[in-house]
Amino acid sequence: MKRLPRTDVVVVGGGWTGLLLAKEIATRSALNVVVLERGRARHAEDYANDMDELDYNVRFSMMQDYSKETVTLRYVPRGRAIPIRQLGSFLPGNGTGGAGEHWGAAYPRHVPDLFELYSKTVERYGTKKLPEGHAVVDWGITWADIEPYYAKADKLIGASGKAGNLQGKIVDGGNPFEGPRSEEYPNVPMKVSYFSSLFQDATKSLGYHPYPSPSAILSGAYTNPDGIARPGCFYCGFCDRFGCMVSAKSQPTNTLLPILEKQESVALRNHCAVRRIAHDGNQARGVNYVDASGEEYFQPADVVLLCAWTLNNARLLLLSGIGEPYDPATGQGVVGRNLTHQVSAPAATLFMEKALNRFMGAAASGICISDFDGDNFDHSNIPFVRGGMFRVMGSGFQPIVSFGTVPPSVKARWGTAWKKAAVYWYDRVGGIGFSGEHIPYETNYLDLDPTYKDHLGDPLLRLTIDWHDNEREMVRFASQKGAEIARAMGAKQIVTPPPYGHYDARRYQTTHIQGGTIMGKSPKASVVNNWGQHWQTQNLFIVGASTMPCQGAANPTPTVLALAYRTADALIDRYFRRPGSLE
Amino acid sequence: MYSLDRQPLRLSAQKAKTVKIPLRFFTEQEALIVAAAASRIIPSDETGPGAHEAGVVIYIDRQLAGPWGRDARRYTQEPFDDQAAAEFGYQGAASPQRIYRDGLKQLVGFDQLPPLEQDAKLVQIEQSVFFELLRRNTIEGMFCDPLHGGNLDLVGWQIIGFPGPRMNNANEIDRYQGQEFRPRPVSLADLRLKPHRPSEDEAT
Repeated sequence: MKRLPRTDVVVVGGGWTGLLLAKEIATRSALNVVVLERGRARHAEDYANDMDELDYNVRFSMMQDYSKETVTLRYVPRGRAIPIRQLGSFLPGNGTGGAGEHWGAAYPRHVPDLFELYSKTVERYGTKKLPEGHAVVDWGITWADIEPYYAKADKLIGASGKAGNLQGKIVDGGNPFEGPRSEEYPNVPMKVSYFSSLFQDATKSLGYHPYPSPSAILSGAYTNPDGIARPGCFYCGFCDRFGCMVSAKSQPTNTLLPILEKQESVALRNHCAVRRIAHDGNQARGVNYVDASGEEYFQPADVVLLCAWTLNNARLLLLSGIGEPYDPATGQGVVGRNLTHQVSAPAATLFMEKALNRFMGAAASGICISDFDGDNFDHSNIPFVRGGMFRVMGSGFQPIVSFGTVPPSVKARWGTAWKKAAVYWYDRVGGIGFSGEHIPYETNYLDLDPTYKDHLGDPLLRLTIDWHDNEREMVRFASQKGAEIARAMGAKQIVTPPPYGHYDARRYQTTHIQGGTIMGKSPKASVVNNWGQHWQTQNLFIVGASTMPCQGAANPTPTVLALAYRTADALIDRYFRRPGSLE
Repeated sequence: MYSLDRQPLRLSAQKAKTVKIPLRFFTEQEALIVAAAASRIIPSDETGPGAHEAGVVIYIDRQLAGPWGRDARRYTQEPFDDQAAAEFGYQGAASPQRIYRDGLKQLVGFDQLPPLEQDAKLVQIEQSVFFELLRRNTIEGMFCDPLHGGNLDLVGWQIIGFPGPRMNNANEIDRYQGQEFRPRPVSLADLRLKPHRPSEDEAT
C-alpha cells in the first residue's frame, strides 16, 4: 500500500455533503482538504445533450453499478439475506455530485416536532401510542437549533417556494403547518402544470391547505451568496434521474464544484474507493483507498469526514471496526440501528377527461398539502402514528416508463385492445403521490452480510427491514384520502394502490434511506453527537441522512444540507481551533 | 405517419422499401421471430404504426449485444436463490442474452403462423421471464430516442403525442391548461448538440 503525504482533512464522498464541507473549510480556513470520490468526474456542462430516457431513466446510467456492489435484504433478524441484484427500490448515485446530480430536487423542510419525536408523541398521547418494538428517539437538537442552517442552505441552492410561517406569523399561500422560518424563500414558487392546479383547487375545496412545492430548481435567474449565477427552469421535464441541461436544478456540480475548482487547498480525486477508515484506538489516522487501476493507497489525515451517503457511511464504520455493531437481540451496540426507508405510495391514479400535457414540467414543481403530515391531525382515534404529505408533482412523464397505464376494465397487457387503450389514456393519466414517515423499529437495521461480497472482496451491507402495521395503516389511510381528492379533481376513473405488504425491492420507493449512524444524546444509543462528531473517535465526523434517527415525510436533502452547515460551523469555529469533544 | 388528431406530421420513408441492417446478436431466424412477436405486442393497426414500423427488432438486437444484454451492471455473484419471494426482484443466473436465446427456442416457426395462432402461442408463455422481457423491450424500442435503433421516424412518439427532448416549455406550461399541446416531435439528433453515445455502443 502506497503512503501518500498527510492532509489536514480527508473527505470520503464527493456528493452534496462532502463538497459542501470541502467548500466551507477551503474558503473559511487555511487547511488542506482531499476529497475522495469513487465514481467518475462530472461537470454541469456534461448534461447538455443527455435527455435520453432509455440510458438515464431506464438503464440508470447515473447510478451505482450493482455488478460491483449492492446490498442484501431480509425481512427479519434471522436467516439468510438475498442480494438485490438490480437497481429498484432506491437509486444510489455515483460520480462527482453523487445522488445530488440526479435527484428530483423537491425541497421541503421536516415538520418541526420530528427532532423531538419521542417526547412530543408521549406528551400528546402517552407512552402507549407508539407501536411495540419502535425505536423512536429524540435527536438531541430542536427546530430552533437547525432553522438558521436551513435558511443558509436555502440561499446556497436558491430555494423556490412560499413561506407559510414567517417568524411565527401564518402567511397566506404557504404551508401553514411548517416550522417558523426566519426568512422568506430566496425565489418565488415555480410554475405548476395543469394537473397540479386541479389538485390545488380540489384540496382547497375540501378545506385543506395547498401550497406550492418547495423546490431546489430555480423559478428564475438567481445568484447565490457565493456568486454562483444560474438560470431559471425551462420546464423541459427531464429532472429526476437526469442531470439538468441548463443548471436550473441545483446540483453539487453547478453549485459547489465551480467554487471548489478555484481552491488550491482542495484536491478532488475521482475513481478512488475508500475501503477502510484507518484508526488506532480512538484516533482516526486517515483512510485506505483503491484507485481505478487497483493500486491501494493510505491517505493520512488529521480529520476524517465521512460523507459517503447513508448506506456507505454505515458500511465503512462496520468494515473499519469503528464502534459496536447494533444487535437487535440484546438492544446493545449502535452502528446500524434505526434503519428507515421513507414510505411512498401512489395515493391514487386518476384517469382524466382532458389531455394533461404531462411531458412538460419539473420534478420539484407542484402542489402539496401537509394537513396529514406528522402530527398535524389528531391521531387519538386512528390506528397509527404520524403521517405524510400528499403531492402532485410535475415530473415530466416520459413514454417508456409511462406508456401502458390503462383503466382496470382493460384486462389485456399487450395486443390491439391494450394498445388502443394505452394510446388513448397515455396523456390522460395522473397520480397523487403520498410520502410518509417511516418510524424506526428495533428490528430494522444494518450489518455486514456473511455470504455476499463486493468486487473487491469486502462483505456487502445487509438490510434487515420490513413494513409494520403502522406503515400499512398509514398507506390505507392515504389511499382513502387520495380517492377523496381524486373525486374532487373530477377523475373519470380512480385506482387506489394495493395494500402495503412486505418491503418490495423491485418498486421504486425513494432514495431516502436513513439511519445507521444516528445522532443522539448519549454514546450508548447513538454513533455521533448532534454535531456529527463520533462519540469515541473524536476526529471522525459523519454527515448525511445516516445520522437521522427518525425519518420525516419530507425529502431529506434540505435537512442533510442544514446539518452539514451546522457541522461545518462547529468544525471551523471550534474543533480546528481546539480539537476535542464538541459536546 | 399518425398523430393523435390523425393529421400526418411526417412521412415515413419505410413503405415499400426493404432495408438490410446487419444484426449484432440475433441470427436471422431469431430476428424474424422477435419481429413477429413484437408486432403482436404492439401491432400495426387502426391506432397507428406498431413495433414493425418502429424497427423494434433492431433496437432489441442492439440492446442484447450491448452491456445490458450481457448483464454488465447486474450483481451476478453466487449463490442464486430462485426460490426467493417476488419482492426480491429477478434472482436468476441467466442474462438477457441467455433468456432470449432459450426463450426463442419455444417459438420456432412463430413468424410463419397466422396472427391468431401467434397470439395463442404468446398467451402460453405470457407468465415467463422471457415474455416479460420481450414486452418491456418492445415498449422501449417503440418509444426510445431513435439513436438506439427503435422509434424509427419517431412513429412511437407521434402516436402518443410525445414531443421528445423539447428544451423549453416555460410559456406553454401556462398557456395549455386543459387543452392538448402537441408540438412537432424532435429527437436528440435534431437538437444538433454534440452526439450522445448510446450505452449499447460502449466498448466491450
